[in-house]
Amino acid sequence: MSFSGLLSQLLEILLAVALAPLLSGWVSQCRAWLQGRRAPSLLQPYYLLHKLFNKESVLAEHASPLFRSAPYIKFGCMTLACAIIPTLSTDLPLAPAADAIALVGLFALARVFISLAAMDVGTAFGSMGARREMLIGFLAEPALLMVLFSASLISKSTSLTTIVETLGHRELAIYPGLAFAGVAFTMVSLAENARVPVDNPATHLELTMIHEALILEYSGRHLALLEWAASLKLFAYSCIGLALFFPWGVAEAQAPLAMLLALPVLVGKLAVGGALMAALETLSAKMRIFRVPEFLATAFLLAVIGMLVHLLLAR
Amino acid sequence: MLPAAAQWLHIDWMLLIALGWLAVGIAGALALHRLALVARWLFPAGGLLGLALFGVSLSALLATPETALLPVGLPGLPFHLRLDALSAYFLMVLGGASAGISAFAAGYFRKGEGTPPGLLCLEYHVFLASMLGVILADDAYSFMVMWETMALASFFLVTANHRIPEVRSAGYLYLTMARIGAIAILLCFGVLQANTGDYSFANMRAQALSPFWASAGFGLALLGFGAKAGVLPLHVWLPEAHPAAPSPVSALMSGVMLNTAIYGLLRVTLDLLSAPLWWWGGVLLAVGLATALFGVVFAAVQTDMKRLLAYSSIENMGLLFVGMGLTLIFAAYAMKPMAALALTATLYHVASHACFKSLLFLGTGSVLHATGERNLGKLGGLIRCMPWVAWLTLLGVLASAGLPPLGGFVSEWLLLQSFLFAPGLPVPLLTMLIPVVAALIALVSALAGYTMVKFFGVIFLGQPREDKLSEAHDAGHWERAGMLWLVLACLALGLLPSQFIQLIDPVTQQLVRAGLGAQVAAQGWLLAPVSLDQASYGPIIFLLGILACFALAFVLVRRLYHGRLRRAIPWACGFPWGTARMQDSAEGFGQPIRQIFEPFFLMRRELPSPFDSQPHYRVQVDDHFWRWLYLPLAELAATLARLIGRLQQGRIAVYLLYSFLTLIATLVVVAR
Repeated sequence: MSFSGLLSQLLEILLAVALAPLLSGWVSQCRAWLQGRRAPSLLQPYYLLHKLFNKESVLAEHASPLFRSAPYIKFGCMTLACAIIPTLSTDLPLAPAADAIALVGLFALARVFISLAAMDVGTAFGSMGARREMLIGFLAEPALLMVLFSASLISKSTSLTTIVETLGHRELAIYPGLAFAGVAFTMVSLAENARVPVDNPATHLELTMIHEALILEYSGRHLALLEWAASLKLFAYSCIGLALFFPWGVAEAQAPLAMLLALPVLVGKLAVGGALMAALETLSAKMRIFRVPEFLATAFLLAVIGMLVHLLLAR
Repeated sequence: MLPAAAQWLHIDWMLLIALGWLAVGIAGALALHRLALVARWLFPAGGLLGLALFGVSLSALLATPETALLPVGLPGLPFHLRLDALSAYFLMVLGGASAGISAFAAGYFRKGEGTPPGLLCLEYHVFLASMLGVILADDAYSFMVMWETMALASFFLVTANHRIPEVRSAGYLYLTMARIGAIAILLCFGVLQANTGDYSFANMRAQALSPFWASAGFGLALLGFGAKAGVLPLHVWLPEAHPAAPSPVSALMSGVMLNTAIYGLLRVTLDLLSAPLWWWGGVLLAVGLATALFGVVFAAVQTDMKRLLAYSSIENMGLLFVGMGLTLIFAAYAMKPMAALALTATLYHVASHACFKSLLFLGTGSVLHATGERNLGKLGGLIRCMPWVAWLTLLGVLASAGLPPLGGFVSEWLLLQSFLFAPGLPVPLLTMLIPVVAALIALVSALAGYTMVKFFGVIFLGQPREDKLSEAHDAGHWERAGMLWLVLACLALGLLPSQFIQLIDPVTQQLVRAGLGAQVAAQGWLLAPVSLDQASYGPIIFLLGILACFALAFVLVRRLYHGRLRRAIPWACGFPWGTARMQDSAEGFGQPIRQIFEPFFLMRRELPSPFDSQPHYRVQVDDHFWRWLYLPLAELAATLARLIGRLQQGRIAVYLLYSFLTLIATLVVVAR
């Protein structure tokens, strides 16, 4: 473990934790513009977090310790996820602890805890949210895994840093398999981040909400942590997308100075990606909940086709 | 004369442990109705013997194979016993899991209807000793004797509450399937000895069978051991028999007994049959996938907590078959490192499944004791009155859902690795199929997460669905100790994969002549089965990372802001009339699965019409296999029996005629 590795690891974690709300703010700003509304400030998510942290936390009478610890666990999982995805540099001391499969497991761990916490209070909305979250999860999780596998087959590795290094060095090669995977990944990340065709982050209409139903009973600092974790998840997903499909500009171990360049490149890529996500959200309409399995099954099949195409062409 | 204790081999100690178990059982039979003696002394003694078995086999795993000859049974047919790495590994799992289960059983069995506690103790320990015998056996004769003893002992355990008709019919079904399986295994050994008349495993190993006969042996082994493991379409007994048994017995059957089927199949395909053919692996792969998907989809819609776990066992057996299939394919093409990887994943899953499934069944046992309910729809909110059981079960649930950093994830991770890096197999069809199989495995494990959230959430979280639940008491000391031991095993399997894989190394060396031990040992705390560049996983760093973020967030929030907290009634969107009945029931939580996987189920629904004065909703979910396979088969058997029954006329003249005709037929044959 080198000093520069440690530095880039720390920098990456701090950057993710600090920048994630900004990305959420940017996406909702773009959404507002595209929908012809006046946009909230770019810093609105930070104001919200500050406000929530200052409020007292109101807990349901019979909530168990599981309910209180779930926000911290989810926050921890999402931070760790951001720490192992190479965004600025591929020289990450934490990265060997979890490869692509473990990354998917990490998301699943957070999902299971937050769903259990939603069932803990025992309201109708909580268990509905948990059921829907797990429904989306069990379809999105294998699809995400297949997307990551498509990239793994190309680089012959499930280690995220190796994937980024391999893909980053093959600027001119064209992978048809990755194109399928890219479409699948876009669909999965819309579903996983509670975005419009599947869920609406701005809704509080009881019967359509998923993510909001899960966190309905939370308030104060717990809610703040969950909101923060949600933006970290969006950040993590965006970074996975960038790492798989646009891996250029990430610094490598041999060139620590490249990190100076990597930061503005990352911010630029995230800005473009966030704007595209807002455009996708604006262009599509919210689906009925039982259309979601079809949507995600399509993503799953596309990802599997991506793998098959790669294997067919590689022969 | 016995040799001095210092010269005893591992196998001698094991025989002593088996004798000890039998002695404990006989002591139980002598103290038939003295519950205090049986519970406080005999079951803990059995648990200690399990612990001893765990220790002895751990040391035997690294030793050279040992054999022993036991002069029991028929004259001239002694029991050949052999302790090699494969059997030592399965004995280790048996010892480790049974230690926890026996400790739990010490606190579990009460006075009640059905079999008296002393008799249960006898059956339980005979069951344990016969499983030990199955794994040690080195000839077909002793194997079959032990296998049958195991089946019978477990049959009597399943029917412990024999006054309930459902339990009796479950036991009958179990016995029928066990019979069919045993016949197939017997025939399999018959094929394997290749007309030499020598039924020792050493002779079978030496035979070089033609592909046809080897395949016949494989098919019979698949049928026989598949019936015990509960793979499709031989699974029907499992969701009936496992829930019917008392919980420690369910734990023993699901967590340990199913493993003997895996052991048997590994023994036959990779040890006794010298050269596996690739399509055997394909068959195992297909059967395993179908079983895993079927099991998990059915588990998700169950409303009885023990049935849910039984279906989850079917799913896990499916995953183990997939692992074995992959091992066979790689072994057939002499890709030794890959075969070792797939076999390691399979064996790892054997151990972690034994731990978490036993743990979950024990958890349901405690819940059953405290509430008297098995129906998920009448439970809820138990985490507040049974915190020990709830938190210990939670770890089992996480392991069972295949979540990092627990044991279930490691085996799934290894299995997916062996799929991904299967370098160009010579058969293009297989290469194309592999991503599809990997996708299905990922789907199955994600669905397992859904099922486990339902299991834990409906039982332990939310509000109690019945009034009596608030009086539920937590588990006693013995029950806690048993569960704690299994939780520790789950944690150890999750956090120390490299160390555990080094234990598996001798087994893979024995079966496929390659192992991951050296490669894994070189990386220390990180698990990197192939190379660090290719894939790595460090569960301890992983856990520490999450915990560090947890702690840091906690401290920072408290430091920078405040820790004010107020308790109030739940918000629930401002709807104050919510009751416990409005939470998702088990049916409600499984409804999306029922809708998405509708073709899997045979569903009968009665929906209320808008004009009903007393509307009621009823839905019954059944298995297609019952309707289309088992009921026709049962009818066929009944028809055949009726036809044969016509021979029975009840008149002596007719019977004399039969004898006469038989005599003539025999004479004709003999005279030729």
